[in-house]
Amino acid sequence: MTILHSQAGNPARIVLQAEDVWKSYDDGAIAVLKGVSFEVAEGQTVALCGPSGCGKSTLLHLFGGLDSPDRGRVTVNGTEVNRHRNLLRLLRHEVGFVFQLHNLIPDLTLEENCLIPTVAAGIDHRTAQARLHQLAERTGLTHRLGQRIQKLSGGERQRTALCRALMNQPKILLADEPTGSLDERSSSAVFTLLLELAATEGVTLVMATHDRALAARCNRLLEMHDGRIHEPATA
Amino acid sequence: MIFFKLIVTNLRRHRIRSFISIAGIAFSVAAMLTVVTILQGAIGMFSGILSNDSEIIVFERNVSDLFFSNVPSAAMDEIANWPMVAHADPVLFGVVSSTDHPIITCFGVTAEDARIRKATWLTGDRLAFAQHSDDVVLGERAAEFLSAKLDDHVPIGHGVFHVIGILKTANGFEDGGVFMPLNSAQSFFHKEGVSSVITIKLRNKDDAAAFKTMVKTKFANLIALEDAEFTRSYSQFRILKATAWAVGGCGLLLGGLGVANTMIMSVFTRIREIAILRVCGFSHPQIAAMIFGESAVVSLLGAVLGLFTGSCLLVALKLVPALHGYIDASLQPVIMLIVIVLALLTGIAGALYPAAYAMRIRAVEALRFE
Repeated sequence: MTILHSQAGNPARIVLQAEDVWKSYDDGAIAVLKGVSFEVAEGQTVALCGPSGCGKSTLLHLFGGLDSPDRGRVTVNGTEVNRHRNLLRLLRHEVGFVFQLHNLIPDLTLEENCLIPTVAAGIDHRTAQARLHQLAERTGLTHRLGQRIQKLSGGERQRTALCRALMNQPKILLADEPTGSLDERSSSAVFTLLLELAATEGVTLVMATHDRALAARCNRLLEMHDGRIHEPATA
Repeated sequence: MIFFKLIVTNLRRHRIRSFISIAGIAFSVAAMLTVVTILQGAIGMFSGILSNDSEIIVFERNVSDLFFSNVPSAAMDEIANWPMVAHADPVLFGVVSSTDHPIITCFGVTAEDARIRKATWLTGDRLAFAQHSDDVVLGERAAEFLSAKLDDHVPIGHGVFHVIGILKTANGFEDGGVFMPLNSAQSFFHKEGVSSVITIKLRNKDDAAAFKTMVKTKFANLIALEDAEFTRSYSQFRILKATAWAVGGCGLLLGGLGVANTMIMSVFTRIREIAILRVCGFSHPQIAAMIFGESAVVSLLGAVLGLFTGSCLLVALKLVPALHGYIDASLQPVIMLIVIVLALLTGIAGALYPAAYAMRIRAVEALRFE
């Protein structure tokens, strides 16, 4: 496993790695990623910025095992993401996803939505409940646990999605425009919460965003343009 | 619990569609239950007539229907004298009609026949049976629908008969039938010197195999079968059973198509939801289990509703006067179990393609789908 040095000079474990990753759609007609290479160290908060269609979401999907590269290697915690062999373990225990649209199941309650990943992973109900209450307390949703999704505000829904993503204690959080559907105030509140949770849970955060102000609050900024990554000298 | 809620959530979300699917299965189950129960009951009753106080039935080999069987009286006389035979009762079956009833089963029997001896005589004297050629004894139901009383003269077929008794038996067919002296029946049906079958009671049941061999050896054109053997092998029964299950099966097939349609729609309308479950770590088998679970709930509810509807229908049919004595509406647990299992299998079959489709959904593509 590659060891990098953190800004403080301490060795930092690499948890995400893309090596010369290429990805295109429509039989190669639309090239989205053109030889992307970069690494993310454990505990970093990384913002992927760039215009729509530059490949931010595609990159997150590749790290989450939802898609596979045409060429190149994508590794998570030192293991190459193989859609057939490691995908379930990856999705159940190693990465959590937050999307622009909360993607919650509307007929279920907040509590039931959050428990879905624990059902998938076969985690016992008592452990799952304890974890849920811990997260609900941190996100200020304890009093809303029994509410159906339709009755929650946009910010509450996104906080619920955040809880769901962290239920199985993943060490990597992949957030695709997590505040993109929220107003400025809710957006800032949710993002602050995201950073707080990432810090307290020891989660590595990779976030695709258009919002430069939010991106500036991450400790690393990667610019994506024309299918390639450019890292500014300072974030 | 959450998993089960994921299953039922979609059914609740599309209540009308779910109800139509459940109703489809329910009607299929009710149809199958009704047809199969009626025919099984009919077969059971007919078997009961043959096995009344006997273990073996002798009839003409290779006949498709016992009504066409001719067993000569000479054979009857010889068999009755075999030492292993406790008693041998010839029975001639015939069908007659009256003004309002196109089919009345007629039994030509001797006065010693168990059907006469063991029945409950509601009115009349058993010892008077077969004293005159125009005497008949009516089953309780037959007396009811013929509006006949003791000593009445009733037109049956092309003759008029004197009612010398009314009896009650445990068998619906017999209760709806007419008992004639064997000689009178032979004359009435132009079958002099023959009976349709001989029902045999052996002194020792262990002699059954030897008895059958003797019949085979002595009478090339006759066959002897034990009651259970006869019920299993009689072609009419097999045809009836096959028809009943085929009719019910067609009903279930239609119900299954309804479930398949519902499940396909169910999957198509929540592609994104299934993608989210995949992202949350649901495996292919878990996704399939959810779809199969949904169809199993539909099938199970349909089966329960169908069993209830079918039972009500059977009870209602039993109350129809014209069908008195011909329908045994008692539900057999085995049939109920088979029907439920078939309904579940139908539901599962109907969910095969939708489940396969759901498993093939690629989360990354579905998430782009708004």
